[in-house]
Amino acid sequence: MLTAITLLLIFQLAGEAISVFFALPVPGPVIGMALLFAVLAWRGGPSTELRETAQKLLQHLSLLFVPAGVGIMLHWQRLSEEWQPLLVALVASSFITITITALVLHALTHRKAASTTPEQEP
Amino acid sequence: MSPRISEIWVYLSASPLLGLTLTLLAYQAAVVINQRCREHPLTNPVLLSVAALVLLLWVTGTPYPVYFDGAQFVHFLLGPATVALAIPLYAQLPRLKRMALPLLLALLAGSLSAALSAVLIGDLLGASDATLMSLAPKSVTTPIAMGIAERIGGLPSLTAVLVILTGILGAVGAPALYTALKIKDPAVRGFALGTASHGIGTARAFQENEQSGAFAALAMGLNGLLTAVLLPWLMPPLMRWLA
Repeated sequence: MLTAITLLLIFQLAGEAISVFFALPVPGPVIGMALLFAVLAWRGGPSTELRETAQKLLQHLSLLFVPAGVGIMLHWQRLSEEWQPLLVALVASSFITITITALVLHALTHRKAASTTPEQEP
Repeated sequence: MSPRISEIWVYLSASPLLGLTLTLLAYQAAVVINQRCREHPLTNPVLLSVAALVLLLWVTGTPYPVYFDGAQFVHFLLGPATVALAIPLYAQLPRLKRMALPLLLALLAGSLSAALSAVLIGDLLGASDATLMSLAPKSVTTPIAMGIAERIGGLPSLTAVLVILTGILGAVGAPALYTALKIKDPAVRGFALGTASHGIGTARAFQENEQSGAFAALAMGLNGLLTAVLLPWLMPPLMRWLA
Protein backbone atom coordinates (compact mmCIF):
# COMPACT_ATOMS: atom_id res chain seq x y z
CA MET A 1 0.00 0.00 0.00
CA LEU A 2 2.63 2.50 1.11
CA THR A 3 5.05 1.56 -1.68
CA ALA A 4 2.27 1.80 -4.26
CA ILE A 5 1.18 5.27 -3.08
CA THR A 6 4.80 6.44 -3.05
CA LEU A 7 5.19 5.17 -6.61
CA LEU A 8 2.04 7.03 -7.76
CA LEU A 9 3.31 10.24 -6.14
CA ILE A 10 6.73 9.84 -7.77
CA PHE A 11 5.12 9.54 -11.20
CA GLN A 12 2.91 12.55 -10.48
CA LEU A 13 5.97 14.51 -9.39
CA ALA A 14 7.85 13.52 -12.57
CA GLY A 15 4.80 14.57 -14.61
CA GLU A 16 4.62 17.94 -12.83
CA ALA A 17 8.35 18.50 -13.40
CA ILE A 18 8.04 17.75 -17.14
CA SER A 19 4.94 19.94 -17.45
CA VAL A 20 6.63 22.93 -15.81
CA PHE A 21 10.02 22.43 -17.49
CA PHE A 22 8.62 22.30 -21.04
CA ALA A 23 5.79 24.79 -20.25
CA LEU A 24 3.21 22.28 -21.50
CA PRO A 25 -0.56 23.00 -21.33
CA VAL A 26 -1.05 19.41 -20.09
CA PRO A 27 -1.11 19.07 -16.29
CA GLY A 28 1.42 16.94 -14.38
CA PRO A 29 -0.89 14.09 -13.28
CA VAL A 30 -1.95 13.38 -16.90
CA ILE A 31 1.71 13.23 -17.97
CA GLY A 32 2.35 11.04 -14.91
CA MET A 33 -0.40 8.68 -16.10
CA ALA A 34 1.18 8.47 -19.56
CA LEU A 35 4.63 7.81 -18.03
CA LEU A 36 3.33 5.06 -15.74
CA PHE A 37 1.43 3.52 -18.67
CA ALA A 38 4.62 3.52 -20.77
CA VAL A 39 6.63 1.91 -17.94
CA LEU A 40 3.95 -0.76 -17.41
CA ALA A 41 3.85 -1.56 -21.13
CA TRP A 42 7.66 -1.77 -21.16
CA ARG A 43 8.15 -3.76 -17.93
CA GLY A 44 5.09 -5.98 -18.30
CA GLY A 45 2.32 -5.05 -15.90
CA PRO A 46 1.82 -3.74 -12.36
CA SER A 47 2.59 -5.63 -9.14
CA THR A 48 -0.36 -7.06 -7.22
CA GLU A 49 0.14 -4.36 -4.59
CA LEU A 50 0.03 -1.52 -7.13
CA ARG A 51 -3.01 -3.01 -8.84
CA GLU A 52 -4.93 -3.36 -5.57
CA THR A 53 -4.05 0.14 -4.38
CA ALA A 54 -5.09 1.67 -7.70
CA GLN A 55 -8.37 -0.22 -7.55
CA LYS A 56 -9.10 1.10 -4.03
CA LEU A 57 -8.27 4.67 -5.03
CA LEU A 58 -10.35 4.55 -8.23
CA GLN A 59 -13.31 2.94 -6.52
CA HIS A 60 -14.12 6.34 -5.01
CA LEU A 61 -13.01 8.53 -7.89
CA SER A 62 -16.34 10.42 -7.71
CA LEU A 63 -15.55 11.61 -4.16
CA LEU A 64 -12.45 13.42 -5.36
CA PHE A 65 -14.48 15.80 -7.58
CA VAL A 66 -16.76 16.96 -4.77
CA PRO A 67 -14.57 19.77 -3.31
CA ALA A 68 -14.07 21.38 -6.76
CA GLY A 69 -17.77 20.91 -7.52
CA VAL A 70 -18.81 22.86 -4.43
CA GLY A 71 -16.87 25.77 -6.00
CA ILE A 72 -19.98 26.37 -8.11
CA MET A 73 -21.14 28.66 -5.28
CA LEU A 74 -18.45 31.18 -6.25
CA HIS A 75 -20.13 31.79 -9.64
CA TRP A 76 -23.72 32.34 -8.59
CA GLN A 77 -23.74 35.83 -10.15
CA ARG A 78 -22.73 34.92 -13.71
CA LEU A 79 -24.62 31.63 -13.63
CA SER A 80 -27.86 33.36 -12.67
CA GLU A 81 -27.35 35.99 -15.40
CA GLU A 82 -26.48 33.57 -18.23
CA TRP A 83 -28.06 30.35 -17.04
CA GLN A 84 -30.26 29.83 -20.10
CA PRO A 85 -27.59 29.78 -22.84
CA LEU A 86 -25.24 27.90 -20.53
CA LEU A 87 -27.75 25.22 -19.63
CA VAL A 88 -28.87 24.62 -23.22
CA ALA A 89 -25.27 24.68 -24.52
CA LEU A 90 -24.02 22.25 -21.85
CA VAL A 91 -26.90 19.78 -22.15
CA ALA A 92 -27.06 19.79 -25.96
CA SER A 93 -23.28 19.72 -26.38
CA SER A 94 -22.87 16.78 -23.95
CA PHE A 95 -25.46 14.76 -25.83
CA ILE A 96 -24.07 15.69 -29.26
CA THR A 97 -20.52 14.81 -28.20
CA ILE A 98 -21.43 11.44 -26.67
CA THR A 99 -23.61 10.53 -29.67
CA ILE A 100 -21.04 11.48 -32.33
CA THR A 101 -18.10 9.82 -30.53
CA ALA A 102 -20.04 6.63 -29.80
CA LEU A 103 -21.48 6.32 -33.32
CA VAL A 104 -18.13 6.95 -35.05
CA LEU A 105 -16.33 4.42 -32.84
CA HIS A 106 -19.15 1.91 -33.12
CA ALA A 107 -19.23 2.14 -36.93
CA LEU A 108 -15.43 1.86 -37.25
CA THR A 109 -14.92 -1.00 -34.78
CA HIS A 110 -17.79 -3.07 -36.08
CA ARG A 111 -16.59 -2.93 -39.66
CA LYS A 112 -13.06 -3.75 -38.51
CA ALA A 113 -14.23 -6.51 -36.17
CA ALA A 114 -15.76 -8.45 -39.03
CA SER A 115 -12.36 -8.91 -40.68
CA THR A 116 -10.42 -9.91 -37.49
CA THR A 117 -12.24 -11.45 -34.55
CA PRO A 118 -16.01 -11.67 -34.09
CA GLU A 119 -16.91 -8.87 -31.64
CA GLN A 120 -18.75 -9.98 -28.52
CA GLU A 121 -22.28 -8.64 -28.45
CA PRO A 122 -23.55 -8.86 -24.87
CA MET B 1 -28.83 27.92 19.59
CA SER B 2 -27.62 28.21 23.17
CA PRO B 3 -24.45 30.29 23.58
CA ARG B 4 -22.35 27.22 24.30
CA ILE B 5 -23.36 25.40 21.13
CA SER B 6 -22.71 28.49 19.04
CA GLU B 7 -19.24 28.76 20.64
CA ILE B 8 -18.51 25.17 19.66
CA TRP B 9 -19.76 25.92 16.13
CA VAL B 10 -17.52 28.97 15.84
CA TYR B 11 -14.53 26.87 16.88
CA LEU B 12 -15.31 23.85 14.69
CA SER B 13 -16.32 25.79 11.58
CA ALA B 14 -12.91 27.49 11.57
CA SER B 15 -11.00 24.18 11.62
CA PRO B 16 -10.25 22.12 8.50
CA LEU B 17 -11.62 19.03 10.24
CA LEU B 18 -15.22 20.07 9.66
CA GLY B 19 -14.97 20.61 5.89
CA LEU B 20 -13.18 17.29 5.46
CA THR B 21 -15.62 15.31 7.63
CA LEU B 22 -18.65 16.89 5.97
CA THR B 23 -17.31 16.04 2.50
CA LEU B 24 -16.84 12.38 3.45
CA LEU B 25 -20.23 12.20 5.19
CA ALA B 26 -22.08 13.84 2.29
CA TYR B 27 -20.40 11.53 -0.22
CA GLN B 28 -21.13 8.35 1.74
CA ALA B 29 -24.76 9.37 2.23
CA ALA B 30 -24.95 10.06 -1.52
CA VAL B 31 -23.50 6.61 -2.30
CA VAL B 32 -26.08 4.93 -0.03
CA ILE B 33 -28.91 6.84 -1.77
CA ASN B 34 -27.41 5.96 -5.17
CA GLN B 35 -27.32 2.26 -4.27
CA ARG B 36 -30.85 2.32 -2.83
CA CYS B 37 -32.00 3.74 -6.19
CA ARG B 38 -30.14 0.94 -8.02
CA GLU B 39 -27.47 3.38 -9.26
CA HIS B 40 -30.03 5.47 -11.11
CA PRO B 41 -28.02 8.11 -13.04
CA LEU B 42 -30.08 10.97 -11.56
CA THR B 43 -28.82 10.04 -8.10
CA ASN B 44 -25.22 10.55 -9.26
CA PRO B 45 -23.03 10.72 -6.11
CA VAL B 46 -21.14 13.85 -7.26
CA LEU B 47 -24.41 15.65 -8.01
CA LEU B 48 -26.03 14.71 -4.68
CA SER B 49 -23.03 15.50 -2.48
CA VAL B 50 -22.27 18.83 -4.20
CA ALA B 51 -25.93 19.88 -3.90
CA ALA B 52 -26.06 18.90 -0.20
CA LEU B 53 -22.80 20.68 0.64
CA VAL B 54 -23.66 23.87 -1.28
CA LEU B 55 -27.00 24.00 0.54
CA LEU B 56 -25.33 23.42 3.91
CA LEU B 57 -22.64 26.08 3.34
CA TRP B 58 -25.26 28.53 2.12
CA VAL B 59 -27.57 27.95 5.11
CA THR B 60 -24.72 28.29 7.62
CA GLY B 61 -23.19 31.25 5.75
CA THR B 62 -19.83 29.48 5.43
CA PRO B 63 -17.57 30.92 2.70
CA TYR B 64 -16.13 28.44 0.16
CA PRO B 65 -12.46 29.05 1.09
CA VAL B 66 -13.20 28.06 4.73
CA TYR B 67 -14.79 24.82 3.50
CA PHE B 68 -11.97 24.16 1.02
CA ASP B 69 -9.40 24.42 3.84
CA GLY B 70 -10.60 21.00 4.93
CA ALA B 71 -11.80 19.60 1.62
CA GLN B 72 -8.42 20.20 -0.03
CA PHE B 73 -7.14 16.94 1.47
CA VAL B 74 -9.67 15.05 -0.64
CA HIS B 75 -9.02 17.33 -3.63
CA PHE B 76 -5.30 16.53 -3.42
CA LEU B 77 -5.91 12.83 -4.08
CA LEU B 78 -7.12 13.68 -7.62
CA GLY B 79 -3.46 13.84 -8.70
CA PRO B 80 -2.37 10.33 -7.61
CA ALA B 81 -5.77 8.94 -8.70
CA THR B 82 -5.21 10.33 -12.21
CA VAL B 83 -1.80 8.64 -12.32
CA ALA B 84 -3.41 5.39 -11.08
CA LEU B 85 -5.68 5.38 -14.17
CA ALA B 86 -2.66 3.98 -16.04
CA ILE B 87 -3.25 0.60 -14.38
CA PRO B 88 -6.76 -0.25 -15.71
CA LEU B 89 -5.62 1.29 -18.99
CA TYR B 90 -2.70 -1.15 -19.15
CA ALA B 91 -5.11 -4.04 -18.65
CA GLN B 92 -6.78 -3.04 -21.94
CA LEU B 93 -3.50 -2.83 -23.90
CA PRO B 94 -4.25 -5.66 -26.39
CA ARG B 95 -7.63 -4.18 -27.28
CA LEU B 96 -6.18 -0.66 -27.47
CA LYS B 97 -3.60 -1.79 -30.03
CA ARG B 98 -6.25 -3.43 -32.14
CA MET B 99 -8.52 -0.36 -32.03
CA ALA B 100 -5.91 2.40 -32.30
CA LEU B 101 -7.08 4.02 -35.54
CA PRO B 102 -10.85 3.92 -34.83
CA LEU B 103 -10.15 5.36 -31.37
CA LEU B 104 -8.15 8.28 -32.77
CA LEU B 105 -10.78 9.10 -35.40
CA ALA B 106 -13.60 8.92 -32.85
CA LEU B 107 -11.54 11.13 -30.54
CA LEU B 108 -11.05 13.78 -33.23
CA ALA B 109 -14.77 13.79 -34.05
CA GLY B 110 -15.73 13.96 -30.37
CA SER B 111 -13.21 16.63 -29.42
CA LEU B 112 -14.29 18.96 -32.24
CA SER B 113 -18.00 18.45 -31.68
CA ALA B 114 -17.64 19.11 -27.93
CA ALA B 115 -16.04 22.53 -28.35
CA LEU B 116 -17.86 23.64 -31.52
CA SER B 117 -21.38 22.65 -30.45
CA ALA B 118 -21.01 24.36 -27.06
CA VAL B 119 -19.64 27.62 -28.52
CA LEU B 120 -22.13 27.77 -31.42
CA ILE B 121 -25.18 27.06 -29.26
CA GLY B 122 -23.99 29.48 -26.57
CA ASP B 123 -23.43 32.20 -29.18
CA LEU B 124 -26.82 31.58 -30.78
CA LEU B 125 -28.50 32.08 -27.38
CA GLY B 126 -26.55 35.28 -26.67
CA ALA B 127 -23.86 34.26 -24.20
CA SER B 128 -21.07 36.84 -23.73
CA ASP B 129 -17.63 36.36 -25.33
CA ALA B 130 -15.91 35.63 -22.00
CA THR B 131 -18.54 32.99 -21.25
CA LEU B 132 -18.07 31.39 -24.71
CA MET B 133 -14.30 31.21 -24.21
CA SER B 134 -14.84 29.65 -20.79
CA LEU B 135 -17.32 27.20 -22.31
CA ALA B 136 -15.11 25.94 -25.17
CA PRO B 137 -12.88 23.55 -23.13
CA LYS B 138 -15.70 22.23 -20.90
CA SER B 139 -15.34 18.57 -21.92
CA VAL B 140 -11.72 18.42 -20.77
CA THR B 141 -10.48 17.46 -17.30
CA THR B 142 -10.44 20.48 -14.91
CA PRO B 143 -6.72 21.36 -14.75
CA ILE B 144 -6.25 21.19 -18.56
CA ALA B 145 -9.52 23.07 -19.17
CA MET B 146 -8.49 25.90 -16.84
CA GLY B 147 -5.14 26.21 -18.60
CA ILE B 148 -6.84 26.36 -22.02
CA ALA B 149 -9.40 28.94 -20.83
CA GLU B 150 -6.61 31.15 -19.61
CA ARG B 151 -4.81 30.97 -22.95
CA ILE B 152 -7.84 31.70 -25.14
CA GLY B 153 -9.25 34.49 -22.96
CA GLY B 154 -11.89 32.79 -20.83
CA LEU B 155 -12.33 32.81 -17.05
CA PRO B 156 -10.53 29.77 -15.58
CA SER B 157 -12.65 29.54 -12.42
CA LEU B 158 -15.89 29.71 -14.43
CA THR B 159 -14.47 27.01 -16.70
CA ALA B 160 -13.88 24.81 -13.64
CA VAL B 161 -17.59 25.04 -12.78
CA LEU B 162 -18.72 24.38 -16.37
CA VAL B 163 -16.38 21.37 -16.52
CA ILE B 164 -17.95 19.87 -13.39
CA LEU B 165 -21.47 20.51 -14.71
CA THR B 166 -20.56 18.89 -18.05
CA GLY B 167 -19.19 15.89 -16.20
CA ILE B 168 -22.37 15.48 -14.17
CA LEU B 169 -24.64 15.97 -17.22
CA GLY B 170 -22.76 13.33 -19.21
CA ALA B 171 -22.73 10.84 -16.35
CA VAL B 172 -26.45 11.39 -15.73
CA GLY B 173 -27.53 11.35 -19.39
CA ALA B 174 -25.26 8.79 -21.05
CA PRO B 175 -26.95 5.54 -19.92
CA ALA B 176 -30.33 6.56 -21.38
CA LEU B 177 -28.61 7.86 -24.52
CA TYR B 178 -26.77 4.56 -25.02
CA THR B 179 -30.00 2.63 -24.61
CA ALA B 180 -31.62 4.80 -27.30
CA LEU B 181 -28.61 4.38 -29.62
CA LYS B 182 -28.36 0.64 -28.83
CA ILE B 183 -24.67 0.95 -27.91
CA LYS B 184 -23.68 -2.03 -25.75
CA ASP B 185 -19.91 -2.46 -26.21
CA PRO B 186 -18.32 -1.33 -22.89
CA ALA B 187 -15.30 0.05 -24.79
CA VAL B 188 -17.49 2.36 -26.92
CA ARG B 189 -19.67 3.38 -23.95
CA GLY B 190 -16.61 4.27 -21.88
CA PHE B 191 -14.68 6.02 -24.64
CA ALA B 192 -17.54 8.34 -25.63
CA LEU B 193 -18.32 9.18 -22.01
CA GLY B 194 -14.67 9.92 -21.24
CA THR B 195 -14.40 12.16 -24.32
CA ALA B 196 -17.51 14.18 -23.44
CA SER B 197 -17.35 14.14 -19.64
CA HIS B 198 -13.69 13.63 -18.55
CA GLY B 199 -13.13 12.33 -14.99
CA ILE B 200 -16.71 12.39 -13.75
CA GLY B 201 -17.75 10.43 -16.84
CA THR B 202 -14.82 8.09 -16.15
CA ALA B 203 -15.98 7.56 -12.57
CA ARG B 204 -19.46 6.72 -13.89
CA ALA B 205 -17.95 4.34 -16.49
CA PHE B 206 -16.05 2.50 -13.74
CA GLN B 207 -19.41 2.03 -12.02
CA GLU B 208 -20.53 0.06 -15.09
CA ASN B 209 -17.39 -2.07 -15.35
CA GLU B 210 -13.61 -1.93 -15.41
CA GLN B 211 -13.26 -2.14 -19.21
CA SER B 212 -15.61 0.78 -19.73
CA GLY B 213 -13.69 2.75 -17.09
CA ALA B 214 -10.34 2.05 -18.74
CA PHE B 215 -11.53 3.32 -22.13
CA ALA B 216 -13.06 6.38 -20.47
CA ALA B 217 -9.74 7.12 -18.77
CA LEU B 218 -7.96 6.79 -22.12
CA ALA B 219 -10.45 9.14 -23.81
CA MET B 220 -10.13 11.66 -21.00
CA GLY B 221 -6.35 11.77 -21.27
CA LEU B 222 -6.29 11.91 -25.09
CA ASN B 223 -9.05 14.51 -25.33
CA GLY B 224 -7.17 16.68 -22.83
CA LEU B 225 -4.06 16.57 -25.02
CA LEU B 226 -5.92 17.11 -28.30
CA THR B 227 -8.12 19.97 -27.05
CA ALA B 228 -5.10 21.74 -25.58
CA VAL B 229 -3.50 21.66 -29.04
CA LEU B 230 -6.64 22.42 -31.10
CA LEU B 231 -8.45 25.20 -29.24
CA PRO B 232 -5.75 27.90 -29.08
CA TRP B 233 -5.63 28.06 -32.90
CA LEU B 234 -9.28 27.17 -33.56
CA MET B 235 -10.93 29.75 -31.29
CA PRO B 236 -9.58 33.10 -32.66
CA PRO B 237 -10.84 32.51 -36.27
CA LEU B 238 -14.10 31.06 -34.93
CA MET B 239 -14.72 34.12 -32.76
CA ARG B 240 -13.95 36.45 -35.69
CA TRP B 241 -16.45 34.50 -37.79
CA LEU B 242 -19.12 34.72 -35.09
CA ALA B 243 -18.59 38.45 -34.43
